[in-house]
Amino acid sequence: MFTKKDLEKLATLARIELSPDELNKYSKELASILEYIEKLKELDVTLTEPTTHVMHLANVFRKDEIKPSIDIEEVLKHAPQRKGTFFKVPKIID
Amino acid sequence: MQNLYQFNAGELLSLYRENKITQSDLVSSVKKRINEVDKKTKAFVKVIEEPKKPKTKGKLSGIPIAIKDNICIKGLETTCCSKILKGFIAPYDATVIEKIEQEGAIVIGKTNMDEFAFGSSTENSCFGPTHNPWDLDRVCGGSSGGSAAAVAADETILALGSDTGGSIRQPASFCGVLGLKPTYGRVSRYGLVAFASSLDQIGPFAKNTFDLALLLSVISGYDERDSTSVNKQVPDYTKELRKDVKGLKIGIPKEYFRDSQLDEQAIQPEVKKAIQKAKDVFESLGAQCLEISLPHTKYAVSVYYIVATAEASSNLARFDGVQYGHRAVLKSREGQNIVDMYMRSRQEGFGPEAKRRIILGTFVLSSGYYDAYYLRALKVRTLIKEDFLKAFQMCDFLIAPTSPTTAFRIGEKINDPLRMYLSDIYTISANLAGIPALSLPCGFDEQGLPIGLQILGKPFDEEMILRAAFTFEQETSWHKKRPNL
Repeated sequence: MFTKKDLEKLATLARIELSPDELNKYSKELASILEYIEKLKELDVTLTEPTTHVMHLANVFRKDEIKPSIDIEEVLKHAPQRKGTFFKVPKIID
Repeated sequence: MQNLYQFNAGELLSLYRENKITQSDLVSSVKKRINEVDKKTKAFVKVIEEPKKPKTKGKLSGIPIAIKDNICIKGLETTCCSKILKGFIAPYDATVIEKIEQEGAIVIGKTNMDEFAFGSSTENSCFGPTHNPWDLDRVCGGSSGGSAAAVAADETILALGSDTGGSIRQPASFCGVLGLKPTYGRVSRYGLVAFASSLDQIGPFAKNTFDLALLLSVISGYDERDSTSVNKQVPDYTKELRKDVKGLKIGIPKEYFRDSQLDEQAIQPEVKKAIQKAKDVFESLGAQCLEISLPHTKYAVSVYYIVATAEASSNLARFDGVQYGHRAVLKSREGQNIVDMYMRSRQEGFGPEAKRRIILGTFVLSSGYYDAYYLRALKVRTLIKEDFLKAFQMCDFLIAPTSPTTAFRIGEKINDPLRMYLSDIYTISANLAGIPALSLPCGFDEQGLPIGLQILGKPFDEEMILRAAFTFEQETSWHKKRPNL
């Protein structure tokens, strides 16, 4: 049920390049993991609510106040490539 | 004469009060120990040469502490033991770091872990595995394995780790120390590199219950920088410790002992025996044990590996070679397409388990599979949580094994991800339900490897599980045993 082609598509969605060896290995492993988690299908959950936050907190907002933030030079210090005060990336539009 | 590194925090704080030792005595003793044994355990990925002297006095004044490498400390490298973050210097402190430093703790280094906390053995680290101090051929558990091993080997007095599916409790169990996962929302995760945000909690490692309670008191509390943290008063957990379980009701989940139902990962007979002995100890002190049922236990690993990987695939999308971390250099003939840059950077930067989980998480969230996997898992998560709430109507806390086995051999499970996942079978449910749980030593198997007793409590009832652990510890002396290194 989990072909190498499926895996290639997923890897592209996940933005991870996989080598032919990795494709082989992961398609087998993922198939066995998926087979294991299939057992959730035994349960009837039509009337059960999903749990996201276990303590039922939702929509936590703070006041929209201006506070000091990390210095721009500090932030850009780790940029693999920068130009002025921007992160530089390869061309997006041809 | 005992070396200072062998003492626990409670004892060291008394020695300080009596002016018998100085901070530099203690720090140099601990560093000497690290120099002697860390080449065997490899618990640390970074030892700080000149640990910062505390600016303020407090509950942890002068106590050395080791920090898992996924918690940010300003000015220090934070790598999550992943190649993709090598060289990344954290520009800010995690809330827990601010809190411990405010109370006078001395951070001495960063500890090894599975890459991004993906694993149960600390073998998935780009720095190589940490070795179990009780048997160097065995794993120390994971993912907070370096923190657990460092405490066990007396390379630190206290440590912090994080627990998403058992990553504090299982290594504590494998290394014969104490570790606690707090209630979801008890401790701020600001500055913790996110793995699965609906499950992650930071928690303490220590040599005894008093120290565990002390460190928990310091790190707990509401923080507006973590919107999932809960605004609830923090008790002084050390004040609640008393040797008394008389009249308390203890639930024993029958599903955690039935070898047949958990046939994928049968419980090791010595582990089962040690937990039964622990039950006898509690009963001899006047507690009442009753069998309870957590009927959805067998689904926990499946739910976990859907929810946790889904959240991880989303959280790890930020590692793309743009703002920080590793960026691949594409050869000019390959073009300079941004998507190719993302894909190559992530290919080079992530280790095998990170790739496996990101892809599995992407699958369960992808169009056409979301309802069948992710949404269904969230619903079964509700059933698992309700199992616990029902059980807690009948009892004050639960006891169970922390792990079905003692520490396995390095390399034994690394090529079989599913078998590795199943070693978390008893710890995962507490994260799914959001409840607090701790592991403390309760015996050894025939090979001399530690066995952990897990104590699980109601949400925000850390007092109860600490009191139970304290009582057990007063009556036994397993926690005092140390490996020969």
